[in-house]
Amino acid sequence: MIRSLLLTAALLAAPAAHAQAVAITGGKVVTNTGAGIIENGTVVINNGRVVSVSTAQPPANAKVIDARGKWVTPGLFAAFSRAGLSEIDAEDSADDVSAPDSKLQISLHAADAFNPDDTAIPVSRIEGVTRLALVGAPGEGIFGGYGALADTSGTFDSLQNREAFMFAQFGDSGAAATGGSRAALWAWLAAAIDDAKSYPRGFGDDRQGDVLSRREAAALKPIVDGKIPLMVEAHRASDLLQIIALQKREPKMKLIILGAAEGWRVANELAAAKIPVIVNPLTNLPDRFEILAATLENAGRLSAAGVQVAIADPGDATHNTRFIQQLAGNAAANGMTWDAAFAAITRVPATIHGRNDLGVLQAGATADVVIWDGDPLELMSSPDAVYINGVETSLVSRQTKLRDRYLNLNETVPQAYERSN
Amino acid sequence: MHIWRSLLPAAFILASACASTPETATSAADPAKPKPVRVSYTPNPYPSTYKPMPSEDVMIHNATVFDGNGGMIERGSVLVQGGKIVAVGANIPVPAGVKLLDAAGKYVTPGIIDIHSHLGVYPSPGLDAHQDGNEASGPVTAEVWAEHGIWPHDPGFTRAMAGGVTTLEILPGSANLFGGRGVIVKNVPSRTAQGMKFPGAPYTLKMACRENPKRVYGYGKGGLPGGAPFSRMGNVAGYRASWQKATEYKRKWEKYARDFDAYEKKAAAPKKKGEEEKENNPPDAPDRDLELDTLMGVLNGDILVQQHCYRADEMAQIIDLSKEFGYKVSAFHHGVEAYKIADLLAKEGICGALWADWWGFKAEAYDGIRENIPLVHKAGGCAIVHSDDAYGIQRLNQEAAKALADGRKAGIDISKAEAWTWLSRNPAKALGILDKTGTLEPGKGADLVIWSGDPFSVYTRADTVMVDGAVTFDRALATRQPVMDFELGQPGEGDRK
Repeated sequence: MIRSLLLTAALLAAPAAHAQAVAITGGKVVTNTGAGIIENGTVVINNGRVVSVSTAQPPANAKVIDARGKWVTPGLFAAFSRAGLSEIDAEDSADDVSAPDSKLQISLHAADAFNPDDTAIPVSRIEGVTRLALVGAPGEGIFGGYGALADTSGTFDSLQNREAFMFAQFGDSGAAATGGSRAALWAWLAAAIDDAKSYPRGFGDDRQGDVLSRREAAALKPIVDGKIPLMVEAHRASDLLQIIALQKREPKMKLIILGAAEGWRVANELAAAKIPVIVNPLTNLPDRFEILAATLENAGRLSAAGVQVAIADPGDATHNTRFIQQLAGNAAANGMTWDAAFAAITRVPATIHGRNDLGVLQAGATADVVIWDGDPLELMSSPDAVYINGVETSLVSRQTKLRDRYLNLNETVPQAYERSN
Repeated sequence: MHIWRSLLPAAFILASACASTPETATSAADPAKPKPVRVSYTPNPYPSTYKPMPSEDVMIHNATVFDGNGGMIERGSVLVQGGKIVAVGANIPVPAGVKLLDAAGKYVTPGIIDIHSHLGVYPSPGLDAHQDGNEASGPVTAEVWAEHGIWPHDPGFTRAMAGGVTTLEILPGSANLFGGRGVIVKNVPSRTAQGMKFPGAPYTLKMACRENPKRVYGYGKGGLPGGAPFSRMGNVAGYRASWQKATEYKRKWEKYARDFDAYEKKAAAPKKKGEEEKENNPPDAPDRDLELDTLMGVLNGDILVQQHCYRADEMAQIIDLSKEFGYKVSAFHHGVEAYKIADLLAKEGICGALWADWWGFKAEAYDGIRENIPLVHKAGGCAIVHSDDAYGIQRLNQEAAKALADGRKAGIDISKAEAWTWLSRNPAKALGILDKTGTLEPGKGADLVIWSGDPFSVYTRADTVMVDGAVTFDRALATRQPVMDFELGQPGEGDRK
C-alpha cells in the first residue's frame, strides 16, 4: 500500500557501481538533449553511467524495471541549497549555515559543515533531488564562502567538489554589510578584488590588504583569476547592470547571478553578457525597493531572451530544496516553456556548476535517474524510484517513518512503545 | 449586526451603536434629577463599511463545479444574481436577463479563504515602518486589534486575489501569549480597513504556544533572568493568570447587570401608601479594561480563539486549559504535529489550520510530515490549508494538491472535491462565517473562482475571481487586475507589467 515500503531495498553503503546493468523500459524519457522526449524509451545504466537511451529492446542480461505509464528523467539538480548545513534553523547548535563571529568568511567551505546524515537529505532525495549546489550564508560582510557540490545519497562520499564556486551577496544586504550604501559596496569590492589580485606578492613582510586579510585574499584569488565561478545575489535592474559592467572589467571572472528578480528588465544585456541566472520564479511581491518589478513572468521572459536560467529558492534552502519541482511548474505556468522549466532544475544548474555529465540522459552521463508516477513538474507527481550514480536509493525518510507510525491512531499501546522497521 | 448582540452580556447591549460613556436622561417624575443609565460600551466601534461592488447577473455553465461541501458536478452551472448564489446544479434554466459565461473545460469553486494571514500588518514592502503585526511590548496584549495595524494598500492583497483568495483572517503575530484580536476581511481593494471588514463576522483572538513567546520575552532578552515567560511552564502560567482575571472581570460585569436590574425593578415598583421612600441608588459600573474585554468576549463564546501551536502534546494541554476556563479553541494554527492527535482534534471539534509541508525551521516544527492535512481529514477532523505567508497565500490550491497527493500515496483516499473543503468550507466554519460564504449554496454571497482547469494542477490559474458577485480579478482583462497605490509609477506596477 505504501509505496516507500516497497522500495526500501536501497543499500546506502553499497559501492557506486552495479555489477548488473539496469534497463528502465517503457517510460516517457526526458533526455534534456537534442533527442528531446522519447516515448516508450529504454534507459540502460551500468557501472554508475547511462549506457544508452533509445527505443531498443533492453540487453538480455539487464535487470528490467518496468516504467510503463511513468516518466523517466535525470535527477533534479538544486542550483542553490543548504540541505545538510542545518538540522534546525532556529537552533544555533544545529545550524552551520553562517558564522557571524568568524573573522574568516571567504575562506569558509560549506563542504566542511555538510552532514550527509542530515534529515533534509533523504527528504530532498525522495522528491527527486539528486544533486545539491551547497553554500553557506555570509555571517559578516558580503562573502558566504566556498560552495560545494554533493549528491543526496547520504553516503560519506557524497561530496564531490568542495570548491565549486564562491558566494557573495550584493544589493541591499551587501550594501548594509560594507558600510551602508551601494557606493560603499562597489568601492569595497574593487578593493577586495585588487587585494586578491595582488596576492601573494603584495603581502610580503606580514602586510595585509586594503580590505582583506592575507588569508582572505588568498581565498579570493582563484575567483578573480576565473578558476572558480562567483555566484552573486542581486535583484535590482541597476545592480544587475553593474554586475554586467564588472564582468566586462574583469573578463576572466566567471559570474553567476542568484535572484535577479528584476532580471527581465535587462534580459537582453544578461543574454549578451552570457551570465547565467538562478531565479525564484515565485518572487512577485515588491517586498523591498530593490525588487519592485518582480513578476511571475520573470523566468519565462529571461529564458525567451536567451538567458541561461536555473531555478531555486534561496529562502527555503535548508529544508525545502525539494520545492524546486513546484517552482519550475509555476514557471511553466507563467510563460516559460516546459522544456526550459524542467531544464532549469536539471541540465542548466548542472552546466552552471560545471557538471555536463548530469542533468541529461544520454550515453556516458552519470546515472542519476528518477522514475516519476507522472509529469515531474506536476504537484501531484512524485518519484517511484531514485537512482544516484546508478544505485537505487531508499525512499524512506524520518518523515515517512513518522507518518507510518501515526497512520493509524487506534492502537492499544502508545505509538512509541513498539518499535517497527 | 445581530451577531454583536450576543457578543457581550446583557448589560452591554445598546440600542445605539455609538455610546461609549455613561449617559443620562431626565426623569419624567423628577425633571430636575437625571435618570441613571446603565453603563455600556459598543462592541463594534470600528464597524465595517464594506459594500459589495457592482456585479452582473451571470450564469456560469459547462464547468466542473466543486460545491465546497465535498460534491462535484460535471457540466455544472452556478447562477449568480444580485451578488448572491441563486442556484448550483447540472440543469438550471437560464433566467431572462442573465449573462451566460461558458466555462467549458474550466472549474468553478468557492473562493479560497485563508484563515492565517498577516497581509496588511506585515505588508510589502517590508519596511521598518511597516512592522505592525506584533505588539511585542508585553506577552499579554489582548487589547490590540489587528485591524488597527492594517495597511489596505498592501500589494499582497492583489497577488492573493490572483490566487483566488476571496476572504482572509488577518491575525496579529505570535510573539505574545495573547497577541490581540484578529479581523476577517473580504479581499477587495479599499481605502480603509473598515471597507474590507467582513460584515457580521465575529472577532477572533490570536493566542500563541510555546517557543515564540519565550523566545521573545525569556531567553530572547539575552541576559538572565529574562522576562516572563521564560519557559513553557511560564507560558501556561501566563495563560491561566489572564483567564482567571478575565473570569473575575466577567463576574463583575454580570454582578453589575444583576444589581442594575434590581435597582431598576425597585425604582419602577409602585410605592405603597404611607411607606417612607427608601434610598435606591444605581450600582457603580466596574472599571473598563480593554484587555479583559477581549478575553471576556471569548468566555462569552463570541470571540473565536485562533491558537498558534505546533506540538501535539501542547495542543492537548491547551485543550485542557480551555476546559479549565470554559471556552473553546476554534482552530489550532500551524499544528505541525496535528497528525499525532488527529483523533483528539476530531473528538473536540477543533480545526487544524496547517501547511502542506513546512518543517524544520525550529524545534517544534521538526516532526512535520507531508501527510499532516490528509491525516487530520482521515480522522474525521476539520482540516484547513493555511498560508501565514504572502507568497503561500497566492497558491493555497497548490498546497492542497501536494497534501492530497501525499495522502493518496499513503493510502488515504480523498477526492479532489472533498479536498476543496480544506480551502473554503472548513476555514469558514472555524471563522464563524459559514452561513455567509465558504460553499456554493443558494443564499450565500457569490465568492467564487473560475479556474482555467483542474485547480490541483500546477499549470492551472485563476481566470476570474468574484467577491459577492463582483469580479475582483480577471486574467483576461487588464483593467481587472488591481494595482495598489504603492505600486503606481513604480517599475513593476503590479505583477504583469
